[in-house]
Amino acid sequence: MSAFNAIGEEREIDRDEFTPGVEPQPTWCPGCGDFGVLKSLKQALPEVGRTPEEVLTVTGIGCSGKLNSYLDTYGFHTIHGRSLPVARAAKLANPELEVIAAGGDGDGYGIGGNHWIHTARENHDITYIVFNNEIFGLTKGQTSPTSPKGHKSKTQPSGSAKTPLRPLSMSLNAGASYVARTAAVNPNQAKEIIKEAIEHDGFAHVDFLTQCPTWNKDARQYVPYIDVQESDDYDFDVTDRREAAEMMHETEDVLKEGTVLTGRYYVDDDRPSYQQEKAAVGEMPDEPLAERYFDDDAEWERSYDLLDRHT
Amino acid sequence: MSDDELIWRIAGGSGDGIDSTSQNFAKALMRSGLNVFTHRHYPSRIRGGHTYVEIRAADKDVQSRGDGYNFLLSLGDSFARNPQEEAYYGNEEIKPLSENLDELREGGIIVYDEGLISEEDVEAINLEERAEENDWHVFPMDLRGLAKEHGREVMRNTAGVGVTAALLDMELEHIEDLMSDAMSDDILEANLEILHEAYDTVNEEYDFEHDLRAPTGDHGAEQALLSGSNAIAYGAIDGGCRFIAGYPMTPWTDVFTILSQNFPDMGGVSEQVEDEIAAAALAVGASHAGVKAMSGSSGGGFALMSEPLGLAEMTETPLVLVESMRAGPSTGMPTKPEQGDLEFVLYTSQGDSSRVVFAPGNIEEAYEQTRLAFDIAWEYQIPTIIIYDQKLSGENMNVDVEFFDREPEPGLGSTMTEEELKEAAHDASGKFHRFQHEPDNDNHVSPRSLPGQKGGRYLATGNEHSPVGHISEDPDNRVFQMERRVQKLEAIRDELDEERPSNQTYFGEDDAEYGIITWGSSQGAVVEAVERLNEQGHSVRGISVSDMMPFPEQEMTEFLESVDEAMVVEMNATAQFRGLIQKELGRFGEKLTSLLKYNGNPFEPAEVVEGYEVNLEDGDREPTAQVRIEPAAGD
Repeated sequence: MSAFNAIGEEREIDRDEFTPGVEPQPTWCPGCGDFGVLKSLKQALPEVGRTPEEVLTVTGIGCSGKLNSYLDTYGFHTIHGRSLPVARAAKLANPELEVIAAGGDGDGYGIGGNHWIHTARENHDITYIVFNNEIFGLTKGQTSPTSPKGHKSKTQPSGSAKTPLRPLSMSLNAGASYVARTAAVNPNQAKEIIKEAIEHDGFAHVDFLTQCPTWNKDARQYVPYIDVQESDDYDFDVTDRREAAEMMHETEDVLKEGTVLTGRYYVDDDRPSYQQEKAAVGEMPDEPLAERYFDDDAEWERSYDLLDRHT
Repeated sequence: MSDDELIWRIAGGSGDGIDSTSQNFAKALMRSGLNVFTHRHYPSRIRGGHTYVEIRAADKDVQSRGDGYNFLLSLGDSFARNPQEEAYYGNEEIKPLSENLDELREGGIIVYDEGLISEEDVEAINLEERAEENDWHVFPMDLRGLAKEHGREVMRNTAGVGVTAALLDMELEHIEDLMSDAMSDDILEANLEILHEAYDTVNEEYDFEHDLRAPTGDHGAEQALLSGSNAIAYGAIDGGCRFIAGYPMTPWTDVFTILSQNFPDMGGVSEQVEDEIAAAALAVGASHAGVKAMSGSSGGGFALMSEPLGLAEMTETPLVLVESMRAGPSTGMPTKPEQGDLEFVLYTSQGDSSRVVFAPGNIEEAYEQTRLAFDIAWEYQIPTIIIYDQKLSGENMNVDVEFFDREPEPGLGSTMTEEELKEAAHDASGKFHRFQHEPDNDNHVSPRSLPGQKGGRYLATGNEHSPVGHISEDPDNRVFQMERRVQKLEAIRDELDEERPSNQTYFGEDDAEYGIITWGSSQGAVVEAVERLNEQGHSVRGISVSDMMPFPEQEMTEFLESVDEAMVVEMNATAQFRGLIQKELGRFGEKLTSLLKYNGNPFEPAEVVEGYEVNLEDGDREPTAQVRIEPAAGD
């Protein structure tokens, strides 16, 4: 008898269930790419058979952090850059939950970069969506880790002297087993990629290009976009690390020139997830740990039985 | 001061097996019926360097290190670096002998390994002359040679224990038993041979002129020897904790290690992660999903936890953190104790503090208050912090085994079941009222749900939020939520005052003129000092405080009203606890003086006695110990 009966419930799911009934209404600007992420999640979740109460959406701080205010699931709006450590612990505590982490490029690639690297390295079975608008939005338009070199802002008045970070290549090197890029302007592809990411057993990183019409007016709206799987110009094997790495490198290079490449870049279905690795060394309980606290028959070990070594 | 106690110090290089040898010898003394207390002194390096462990053993209660010590077993430093290059490193081999002499009591015993420490070096430190002056009994023994002859050189600590036992007229039985538990086959055989050979050699070759003998005693009940870190880890286990996340840092690593080693067999999860921000954030995430979780660190690592700690306060996520203090600021002295993080732990993170902080004063309190921390945290949905230090972390004391014979408490406090959620308040769209303005109870706690439960959906956020968790800046909602969080602390204070045994420890005379106040791990030395002062005819009452937040206003007021003056004893330079008393009570400033120590070593009882005497009797005199007296307000 589970204490978490929302999990695994078999029923018809309407995408409206993920929309909060009365309020809050999104505070994102008109034309913001964040709406695209929200929409693709609302479409993807029913299609993968997940109900609002078996999903935990963990966000950071920024415009993107408000995702779970407008997506009706269990939500944890954490602090700047820390969505991943909160999310992966929730998954370890109750692996039956569908855990989705989300944040912006400043949140994930800047202040939370260390957590991103290590969560990818460990291959936790969670989905990580980064709203990448190449700018700090909520704080009004400062240069971010993905802003192009030369980007001018109030904090970089002479133009940024820094080369932008390479999110896809970084994630691959760190150990992510699913890496994709999509764009808000490409809703069909976005939905499909989000579905794949959720269903992937391991760390699935989606770099989601979300245009910022308010603070990044100079930047393109990420159109026209090219799907590297659809286009005849690109041919590479998403299961081959080397080919994936080359394709990622090219994608990151050409974005600076205004060419928007999207699609799946790396998919490794063979790599065990972190929970599986942890179980293999005998350090992961068989049953979800969270269930045990509701199990009246559970036997709780006590320190009295450990005292032999001290007498 | 008397020699009805043995204070045995084993000194050598880090890596010479000082820890394991002393642990076994302490157990042997405990098994022989004595009360024991250990004190560990070590440098922040892996090999070499001067390190010692001191074991105090007596028939009476021992809760602190003593004043000085009376038996030195100096192994010398076998990891001394490049002794040929004295220009760079000096002579390290002899340091475990030369650097320990100042605190050795008159009439004390010295055993040193002449197989490692050369005759010239011993002459160079004038040992003979000093021994004569202080009536020390010196026994140079070739421990290294003896060990080599029957086994391997590293077994010279066993030879040292054999010599110790002979000189103290101890039976070898308990020592042999402990060796048999820890070793087997050839190794055991060689060690036993070495033990006996050393024992017999001393008895055959020396006439004893010293008076010191091992004391005798009887416990009447089975004892366990354990450290503060053990006690905290065990309190967590019995409090139902099954998730820990951490990053290594001395001295907190001990608790992290003990739980990491035990959790796999208990179905628990331990995570070593990228940094302390992640460590505390993981504990928050696991707790949010329904598991009793903890994290911890020492000062520098705890600084990184400020953010997730604040998040736990705002989202009312139950959480236990431990902070094992060491001398600061910054990297400070990593292996030395200090009580300098009190204000930091009470207030770090933005906004008004909403947390519980306990500072256990000894091994039993460390267990008790860690259990309590899990109870309080899950009932009141509030982060609870155990603040202790390098001293309590590493010191070992014997405790009645029966003390631990208690049922575990894995309950999740004010967490709802799905059944209960059916009856709970929801908004029109079906979201659960996780943060009610006025919950239907006296303790201001709004019951929580867990992700995956039916009917419990809500948003947790570090922003100020409405009852269902939506971000809200509405003034009325803000005041409701803010006041409810603050009132939880008042409810906790009421529970601690009215429904639980006091966490404060009282000692000395009830009706005394003078008070001595301390907190945390300085308790043991102060208890002993107060006992001595009263024996000397003074009238002194002591209190060791554990409740740092919410502050025990009632108990402290009663205590301070009952005495004419009081001295606050703590290991820091700015009298942080005394400041807390004045802040919380708003009075008594003119009654309170401070005795402060911050040289990296914990208080010895005699230093507290002297502090009292200087303070009360002749304020013009400077204390001889490396301490500072801070006068009362207006003095």
